[in-house]
Amino acid sequence: MELSEHIKTANVEDVTLRRPFHPALRGTLCVTSHHLLFSNRKDEASWQLLILLKNIDAIEKSVENLFGYPRAVGSSGTITIKCKDLLVLQLEIPGMEECLNIASSIEALSSLESVTEMYPFFYRPSHLTLLGPWGLSTTEQYYKQTERLWDRWRVSKVNSDYSVCPSYPSAVIVPREVDDDKLIRSARFRQGGRFPVLSYCHHSNGMVIMRSSQPLTGANKKRCKEDELLLQAVIDGSELGYIIDLRSAQQAQQARMTGGGFESKSCYRHWKRIHRHHERGKVVQESLIKLVEACSDLSHSVDRWLSKLENSKWLSHVHSALSTAGLVVECVERDGHSVLVHGSEGTDNTLLVSSLAQIILDPASRTVTGFLCLLEREWIQAGHPFQQRCAHSAYSHARLKQECPSFLLLLDCVWQVWRQFPLALEFSEALLLRLAQEVYASNYGTFLCNNEQERCAAGVKENTHCLFQSMLKPDIEEQYLNPLYEPTDLAIWPSVHPQSLQLWTGMFLRWTEYAQNMEEAREEVWSIVKEHRERV
Amino acid sequence: MEHIRTPKVEQVKLLDRFSNKSVTGTLHLTATHLIFVESNSTSAQEIWILHHHIASVEKLSLTTSGCPLLIQCRNFRLVHFVIPRERDCHDIYSSLLRLLRPVSYDELYAFSYNPKQNDQQREEGWQLIDLAAEFERMGVPCDQWQLTDVNREYKVCKTYPRDLYVPITASKPIIVGSSKFRSKGRFPVLTYFYQEKKAAVCRCSQPLSGFSARCLEDEHMLQAISKANHNSRYIYVMDTRPKLNALANRAAGKGYENEDNYSNIRFQFVGIENIHVMRGSLQKLLEVVGTRSLSMTDYLVGLENSGWLRHIKAIMDAAIFLAKAVTVEGASVLVHCSDGWDRTAQVCALGSLLMDPYYRTIKGFMVLIEKDWISFGHKFADRCDQLNIDPKEVSPIFTQFLECVWQLTEQFPQAFEFSEWFLIQIHEHVHSCQFGNFLGNSQRQREDLQLKERTYSLWAHLLNEKQNYLNPVYSPSFAESHPVLEPSTQAYHFKFWRNMYHQYDRSMHPRQSILKHVLTLKDSNRELEGTVQALKTKLQKFGVRTSPLKPQTPPRERSIAPRPQSLILGAPLLSRKEVQQEEDEEVFGEEAREDAPASTGGERTVEGSSATENGYGEVMGSFGSKNEPGVVTLEFGVARMSC
Repeated sequence: MELSEHIKTANVEDVTLRRPFHPALRGTLCVTSHHLLFSNRKDEASWQLLILLKNIDAIEKSVENLFGYPRAVGSSGTITIKCKDLLVLQLEIPGMEECLNIASSIEALSSLESVTEMYPFFYRPSHLTLLGPWGLSTTEQYYKQTERLWDRWRVSKVNSDYSVCPSYPSAVIVPREVDDDKLIRSARFRQGGRFPVLSYCHHSNGMVIMRSSQPLTGANKKRCKEDELLLQAVIDGSELGYIIDLRSAQQAQQARMTGGGFESKSCYRHWKRIHRHHERGKVVQESLIKLVEACSDLSHSVDRWLSKLENSKWLSHVHSALSTAGLVVECVERDGHSVLVHGSEGTDNTLLVSSLAQIILDPASRTVTGFLCLLEREWIQAGHPFQQRCAHSAYSHARLKQECPSFLLLLDCVWQVWRQFPLALEFSEALLLRLAQEVYASNYGTFLCNNEQERCAAGVKENTHCLFQSMLKPDIEEQYLNPLYEPTDLAIWPSVHPQSLQLWTGMFLRWTEYAQNMEEAREEVWSIVKEHRERV
Repeated sequence: MEHIRTPKVEQVKLLDRFSNKSVTGTLHLTATHLIFVESNSTSAQEIWILHHHIASVEKLSLTTSGCPLLIQCRNFRLVHFVIPRERDCHDIYSSLLRLLRPVSYDELYAFSYNPKQNDQQREEGWQLIDLAAEFERMGVPCDQWQLTDVNREYKVCKTYPRDLYVPITASKPIIVGSSKFRSKGRFPVLTYFYQEKKAAVCRCSQPLSGFSARCLEDEHMLQAISKANHNSRYIYVMDTRPKLNALANRAAGKGYENEDNYSNIRFQFVGIENIHVMRGSLQKLLEVVGTRSLSMTDYLVGLENSGWLRHIKAIMDAAIFLAKAVTVEGASVLVHCSDGWDRTAQVCALGSLLMDPYYRTIKGFMVLIEKDWISFGHKFADRCDQLNIDPKEVSPIFTQFLECVWQLTEQFPQAFEFSEWFLIQIHEHVHSCQFGNFLGNSQRQREDLQLKERTYSLWAHLLNEKQNYLNPVYSPSFAESHPVLEPSTQAYHFKFWRNMYHQYDRSMHPRQSILKHVLTLKDSNRELEGTVQALKTKLQKFGVRTSPLKPQTPPRERSIAPRPQSLILGAPLLSRKEVQQEEDEEVFGEEAREDAPASTGGERTVEGSSATENGYGEVMGSFGSKNEPGVVTLEFGVARMSC
């Protein structure tokens, strides 16, 4: 079925658009295969609103047909559009039939299943070209640039055809002394084949952060010699390593009943296991839904707000992610030990914790380029299932499947770090907000699919543009810069007292009247900094 | 001095409030301060605590390491000492108990504080704020409002100032009659005049109406206020209490205005709770945020249960109502509560601040406090417990006002000339009893104490340090485009004021401060501008050919003003040298000294940020010891190792 077949009414005149804190506008509404376009032409000035249909999380329609009036006058409908970037719009459409047609087109076209039908495959701006390498870096390039890895680590292509681990990239970094056969055996012992691979090597002491999925010890405490050897090779004769298990001890025990498990002390002698409970999947998605609901409650009661905010548990997730990342950093930086991080699947909280730890530890990941490279390495290449996790956002009424805002949680945590260290990050809140938007609906192919294998199969690299590359174009990058940036080589330990963490107002209240004053103050800061630069 | 039994104790441990960290040092007890000096020579931290700041001292039961002494301060500092010998601890404890309960005003620090100024400087300090000039600025006296001398001798109302402004049609008999019908004689007087609409904000105490009593003079008085404003046919009477409280007061012969007896009034309750509820609420709040290893859930539930932000919002709602009535409807408003010195002061002051950009400047804010709080008799001595008379009179009413202002600065970052540090500093000195401004309960009492002759004014002191309190993004043009602030009352705008209530808990603060950084940049911009000007003048003087540039060009380092690290976002900063010059300014000195170690902190940290302060988990406690527990059975092992 062609996309255009979903469109029964493409154009409606005299539509009224209502946005929060803006006067209502009248204009023409258009539906295309991938966009909703509203344009308001008044004399010379024209104003347009272009929304990706994929950005629409939920629509609500109500129609009224006033009895006894001719159709053209009496019937009209209202569509409420709730976007994944949390914007809520209202469209008043004259004509009941038109309204219903538009609504059904939006419903069908906003939930396309097939990746190659999505807009990034059609987005062809004149200033970008499809030639040239896709993405910022590859595992091999990363290895080549990181001299401290050369001694003890190597790039393995064991997964070049994605048969060892479907969700890993084709190349991974592993201890030099572990050969590919051992990796294959270790992969069989780990859920989804996600055997322990290098995530980060600390610049000051060579200690590493590894990540994996849970070992498949099962009820009868299976062992895997190669997996044990692999981890032994990681700490390379030093006395101790830490395994940060992102489940409570009880959950880890229970996982054995379903074939999962944990590294037992007797088999992994030099590893000390620490359990930190993290919520995952549906629970976190529901937190987001409740938080967004709380933010749109207009009842003005402080008690109600605080109780809803608490009840959403969102800030509790932020709190635990930051504390566990802090714990990892303490192990690596203060105690000088290597760390293995995993939960169950190793595709969500594991990536969250390992990438946050790098922001805290590594000055290189705090620049614009470094941060985007980190995201590419630790989220895109490492196989965070974006398509599943970001299929719906906070407004959708659809039954939850695999949605989980892990990536949004990461952005929130990074924002908290920035709040506490406003000079230490080269990028500003604007970059985080842009990413929060792009991850749900984008012109670019970066966040499509669930892993490298799928991206290869769909031809994402050949047929779409890369978001990160476009964000790094000098004229565009400038809008994401933090004017106050002053690089520091030190670790930036965030405070994790609940009093030190805050609601990310820039994200969750971005469409309220609040944003305006903040924006003006930010511009003022910019101008002071610019003035200073010019004078000096 | 006779109360000090042990002036010095060594080997005292100071425990961190939120982590297991402790430092050892020496405790000194002086006539005015309790001083802790860390013995570690490299980062000798010093903590100076003014006796007046101490709210309570508690001796906990003896432990193996010594006798714990818990000191809670009114500026929300909490220190936990462990003193090795029980006898020393007891001596310090009993000395402090006596020292922090002065029996007369003469014992307060303000009377011994000497910033080495001469009499003339002191006098000038007291003349900085002139309320007569302030009323003139508002446009009073005018054809409708006049100064009355009825209270010249404090005969009509002991707790009001001498100079009062009333409608010209209110004759002396009316005033006197009205005052007899009002609690504590606090009859309706002008506190703010909105020139644009000729609308007045007046304040008073509750009427002694009981169930049916009337007073014709009082009714005339309200009529006179109403008549003085031609823009509106009615005036609002705002009773800032919850209706139930007002009803209960009727049984005691007090109460509220009966709309049938007063012509053209619109009566309104706004429901701000009384001083006892507010005291309890703050206590609950402090208990919650003082908990160690507080979880996010307990924090948010505790914040809600304390009701603190709900009360803050109630005050804000009332002020917004007042500002709208005056600026939009152009109606005059009469505000009262019970005695008219707590909630009334909060609402009038905050309402005026919303209406008049002047009060959002540093000088203007001082004037506002001087007018609505000091001169109209907010009972600072009782509310801030200056003489320890009655714990039931203590209440954080003024603190709430400062917090409301802070909440506004968060919503309107460009509207205020001052930063939050200014508010925190005022709060500090309301309790320090170091300056005369806030001593006593009324203007009359302050005159009896001869404060202007015997003490110094805080305002002069703060104005001297003005650059430390500036808000770098303040925009006077914002004030022009937004003369009246219209804050949102959405619940999510009401936030916990961490920098106030955790002022001294360093581990909780952002490790880098935007405010401080931008202030530095601005300073530096100003300095560079100055240099350019100086160079231009020189060039003109010598003609362009000569080159006297060398000695003039400042080295680049000079352009970046050295700003010592500090505890708080943009806290006032004094270099050590200055501290030594002004030995007596301990509150600043304390800041600067305490700051010093922050900048010399560990190599791995940024501005004192360190892993140990954060406590990512109890697990970390075991990191110090290298001894691993022997192999334990799996089932137990899992549970135990996960702690």
